[in-house]
Amino acid sequence: MSVKTSPPPRARSQAVREHPSGDPRFNLIDRTLKRFSYQQDALIEVLHTAQETFGFLSDDLLIYVARQLKLPLSWVYGVATFYHFFTLKPQGKHTCIVCMGTACYVKRAAEIVAALQQAFHVEPGGTTADGLLSLSTARCLGSCGLAPVLVLDGEVLGRETPESTLERVRQLLLAEQSDAAPSANGDAMHVTNGGIHEPI
Amino acid sequence: MNRSDLEALAQRELQRQQAFRCRILCCASTPCLSSGATAVYDAINAAIKEGELDAEVQAVSTGCMGPCSRGPMVTVQVKDEGEFIYEHVSPEVGRQLVAYHARSAAPPAEELPEPLRTRLLPSDMPFFAKQRKVVLSNSGLIDPERLEDYVARGGYAALAHALREMTPEEVCREIINSGLRGRGGAGYPTGLKWDMVRKARGDKKYVIANGDEGDPGAYMDRTLMESDPHRVLEGMAIAGYAVGADQGYIYVRGEYPIAAKRLERAIRTAERRGLLGSRILDSNFNFRIDVRIGAGAFVCGEETALMASIMGRRGQPTPRPPYPAQSGLWGKPTLINNVETFGNIAPIIQNGAEWFASIGTAKSKGTKIFALAGKVATTGLIEVPMGITLREIVYDIGGGIPNGLAFKAAQTGGPSGGCIPAQYLDTPVDYESLKALGSIMGSGGLIIMDEHSCMVDVAKFFMEFCMDESCGKCVPCRVGTVQMHRLLERITDGSATLQDLETLKELCVMVKETSLCGLGQSAPNPVLSTIQYFLDEYEAHIRERRCPAGVCTLEKTPVTEWVHA
Repeated sequence: MSVKTSPPPRARSQAVREHPSGDPRFNLIDRTLKRFSYQQDALIEVLHTAQETFGFLSDDLLIYVARQLKLPLSWVYGVATFYHFFTLKPQGKHTCIVCMGTACYVKRAAEIVAALQQAFHVEPGGTTADGLLSLSTARCLGSCGLAPVLVLDGEVLGRETPESTLERVRQLLLAEQSDAAPSANGDAMHVTNGGIHEPI
Repeated sequence: MNRSDLEALAQRELQRQQAFRCRILCCASTPCLSSGATAVYDAINAAIKEGELDAEVQAVSTGCMGPCSRGPMVTVQVKDEGEFIYEHVSPEVGRQLVAYHARSAAPPAEELPEPLRTRLLPSDMPFFAKQRKVVLSNSGLIDPERLEDYVARGGYAALAHALREMTPEEVCREIINSGLRGRGGAGYPTGLKWDMVRKARGDKKYVIANGDEGDPGAYMDRTLMESDPHRVLEGMAIAGYAVGADQGYIYVRGEYPIAAKRLERAIRTAERRGLLGSRILDSNFNFRIDVRIGAGAFVCGEETALMASIMGRRGQPTPRPPYPAQSGLWGKPTLINNVETFGNIAPIIQNGAEWFASIGTAKSKGTKIFALAGKVATTGLIEVPMGITLREIVYDIGGGIPNGLAFKAAQTGGPSGGCIPAQYLDTPVDYESLKALGSIMGSGGLIIMDEHSCMVDVAKFFMEFCMDESCGKCVPCRVGTVQMHRLLERITDGSATLQDLETLKELCVMVKETSLCGLGQSAPNPVLSTIQYFLDEYEAHIRERRCPAGVCTLEKTPVTEWVHA
């Protein structure tokens, strides 16, 4: 007896794509969970995927991961706050990471941070009020030959001075403003929504 | 794959490489990539294509060549003519390189056309001449993403030899005889550690490569993992065979995405070829390796904290004993070595313990990789034989201090190490000599400081680092580092009295002796060594309220002065 098998699998794959949360990004987390067959030891790997996908670890995400791995939420929260790599706050549209490793420190990276802090009114580890720029410092980016080093939106820049950095960041934000000018309201909305977090 | 297949693969690859008249090696490690190496590689490839030189000229993207501050680096190997190393190569210079070296005969270096002549590094440059490459022997010469390149340079032959001709006991004996010591910093004899794990009872054992290089200013492990990932895997597999483990983990820092990607890829290729996984090289030996990504915690360089992190927990250390060799990952016997230590294994098995023991000093054998950074003319990654003097490293390899300034101190070992002043420049670099000076070998960070660096400020910088990185489990480290940082802050802002200096010294000793793990035990080292050698600077800050290097602002006054006023 011949059985028509084609329609059911299609329906099933459709169902897989629809995540119960309604957010397809959770599928990526589920994939990592499955790869490690829901082992509790895989917590750090799962958090890595979650942060990569969502940009930061919201309370909802931590609860989701804790439930899936059958770990207490306090345990997951403890791990997420222990490691510097994980951030529980949403990041700005642009990120500027200044290396504060020994080689960069000896070559006055602290002056770059101070200059950025003063010019854009943002503390290291914080985001500007308009949500455009996040400033942070790193332990060592391992490009000590190019000290002082910073990473601006994923691009590694070496041999920086406070002046050159300020100029680059200003350019970046200026481009942002001229881009955003026609739809300034829409952009601002987007940023505030990303900034406010409602716990469940 | 068996041993003869491996040799055949090496032969095929060698023949393929020798078919090219000219090979252009472009560095593609992180520092060169950040100075624009991708564009150079693309330009060179485009020039080869345009000139229809595909059959004669080959462009290879390789690992680190060493002088990172001079990047992007390009090496041109011309058959029968030798090697030409170029610095600061731009895409335009890259195109000219292809046009020039693709022609049959090249005139001597002095007759090179501009801009090639100024960018060519002399072949007898001390930076290269004074180095001895054992671990980095392939770095900068092979494409790290191709297994064939590694095999063509004798890769996996040591693993094949060990599996075929040696018992696990003999492998351990060979490593003991070589005198290899752990390259992570403490310098424990590697062979003894292996033998301990081999003798430990257990149905399951693990091998861990520690690639969590948290020490700021050090990037040896990253470069090795990026430039020659298969060498690390081969070392781990030999270790697995020697101790009887079938599972390995490489713990890579989260900040090193390229290294993690290349390792993952290398593991997959090696598994496909039967060089990792089950029945390796047609033997009964099975060994799997998984990559674990760290999430940024300096304390995870400590072995018990690292194991906690691999098990998905907070990276907090546990008291030893029991040592990992008895009870490590999931309570099983575990061997933990630094990535660089594993990089030494294949050459030792291949060339023999006597060969390795002939390099270095009486108690420190072999070579050490240093990340030379700070105020020297040429910064970058160097591999030197143990026992070389600091003076040779700073003045010959590093090319001296720029801007005509004087050498002040060399900082080794990062936040766990100390500063070595100018009067000890002729000290040989080995585990014992550095320890006698109050510093440590460490993982290999070597930061050079000139007169414009304030030593109190440097001590404060490291203390701030340790304060942030303290995991908080034991009180001496958690509270002590904060208090020491406060005292140092007072010295640098001018509000300290001489009593504070005494308190600082007392605290240093207390934290050093009572902390749980290496982080706390070594956190006072930078302070102690700067007090030992640069006490005059501390006193200038306190008594004269003046920073000799002109770094600290000293805008406050001691509380005792205005309270009585």
